[in-house]
Amino acid sequence: MSVTVSIPTIMRTLTGGEKRVQASGATLAAVIDDLETNHAGLRERLLKDGKLNRYVNIYVDDEDVRFTGGLGAQVPENGTVTILPAVAGGAV
Amino acid sequence: MRTVLVIRADLVEAMVAHARADHPDEACGIIAGPEGADRPERFVSMDNAERSPTFYRFDSGEQLRVWREMDDRDEEPAVVYHSHTATEAYPSRTDISYASEPNAHYVLISTRDPERHELRSYRIVEGVVTEEPVRIVPAYASA
Repeated sequence: MSVTVSIPTIMRTLTGGEKRVQASGATLAAVIDDLETNHAGLRERLLKDGKLNRYVNIYVDDEDVRFTGGLGAQVPENGTVTILPAVAGGAV
Repeated sequence: MRTVLVIRADLVEAMVAHARADHPDEACGIIAGPEGADRPERFVSMDNAERSPTFYRFDSGEQLRVWREMDDRDEEPAVVYHSHTATEAYPSRTDISYASEPNAHYVLISTRDPERHELRSYRIVEGVVTEEPVRIVPAYASA
């Protein structure tokens, strides 16, 4: 089961500079576990207290997983997982 | 790191016009530039998914499209901008906690004065804010 994961600039120090890496897993949680075995430190950037970190957006096949099951979102064979930093802020 | 934001006048005008148009809500967007060139070129205004006078967030679907387009064109966000509509153009704690583009100039525009805007630029790397001068030019020398 192979999945292509796009890594944002700020996390590429954890992937040896690679923009895209391969991982496996049928759900987002499983893919993140698998990523961590090859790119230690990534999980800590993606999760906080076992939940998706609000500072990142994660998409499975272009769907924001916040709307499709979060860590339980299904990842199809040959699917894509895209990680982007959430861009947000404000006056307070 | 000693840096400066060198930016074309028409791009500054576009950011300010967007900030004024969305006032009193915060406006936000990016200016894309060639990867590694540190040269803002392509203005992209973004929806503020929060539509709020005190908070902004890029719509996640729109952001994916824009970031993918940059990837296809070998671009990166040279500038990430947003407005503060009642306070000064200085990054808030929320701005700092979300800042995650180490190569970007973070531009803040304050529209609290209806006559005169305030525009300032910062680097925000790992929680450290460094203000930098802004040099507005009619055109880039070599582009």
